[in-house]
Amino acid sequence: MANCRETIAELDAFLDGELSDDVRTHIHAHLEGCTDCLSAFDFQAELKAAIRRKCSDEALPTGLLGKIQACFGDVDAG
Amino acid sequence: MADQATFADEAMQYAPQLYSGALRMTRNQADAEDLVQDTYLRAYRSFHTFQDGTNLRAWLFRIMTNAYINKYRAKQRRPQETDLGDVEDLYLYRRLGSMETAAASLSAEDEFLDLFTDDEVKQALEELPENFRLPVLLADVEGFAYKEIAELLEIPIGTVMSRLHRGRKAMHKALYEFAESRGLTSTAVGES
Repeated sequence: MANCRETIAELDAFLDGELSDDVRTHIHAHLEGCTDCLSAFDFQAELKAAIRRKCSDEALPTGLLGKIQACFGDVDAG
Repeated sequence: MADQATFADEAMQYAPQLYSGALRMTRNQADAEDLVQDTYLRAYRSFHTFQDGTNLRAWLFRIMTNAYINKYRAKQRRPQETDLGDVEDLYLYRRLGSMETAAASLSAEDEFLDLFTDDEVKQALEELPENFRLPVLLADVEGFAYKEIAELLEIPIGTVMSRLHRGRKAMHKALYEFAESRGLTSTAVGES
């Protein structure tokens, strides 16, 4: 089982889904018994989700879709 | 092999997502519009190389990232490699984690991190130097794997990981500064 320092060091890769099964199992085992680390992981997971949510909802400028569609016609004509 | 006649039907639905990503890359509306238009044009021309059944959104983002790097970074003679100051691990959690716990106990539904406005989060991301901004954007907003980011940016996976780690911390620090400037941190433990 990993200790707190090792667990926090893997936090990014854990939340990014980039750990090997082996390492992820060790981190899971630590988190089940350590509320301090679990609370930090929860916070970072929520933060990551909030950043994604808040950075990906731009309204398209009016006319952009039309401009894009028009350039397909130019390619076909050319 | 994908059919060009179906391109618009399949690909145009991703325009809002691509435009959001383009805004975070270029940081201004005119360049973002050009970049999205350029991306669709390139994608339309090479749609015959798209493998049906694979991820079209990811394919479009790959084209857009390449277009951005080639077109906008070409303006600079070589990409700027800016460094970031060092920020401790769990920077935001150490400062706001106790507030989050308090908020969560008041109402499980309450989304504590919504205390940050959309504009603050966008600004915190956009203010990162480009060599950190692109990995964070591709991983945290667009959901690419480390390996894909390494290929897109032509840097080793280890570099992707260290830039992500440091870029995220710098972004979290910027978020904390927004919270602080709005007086939201006065009740946080150890920060009064």
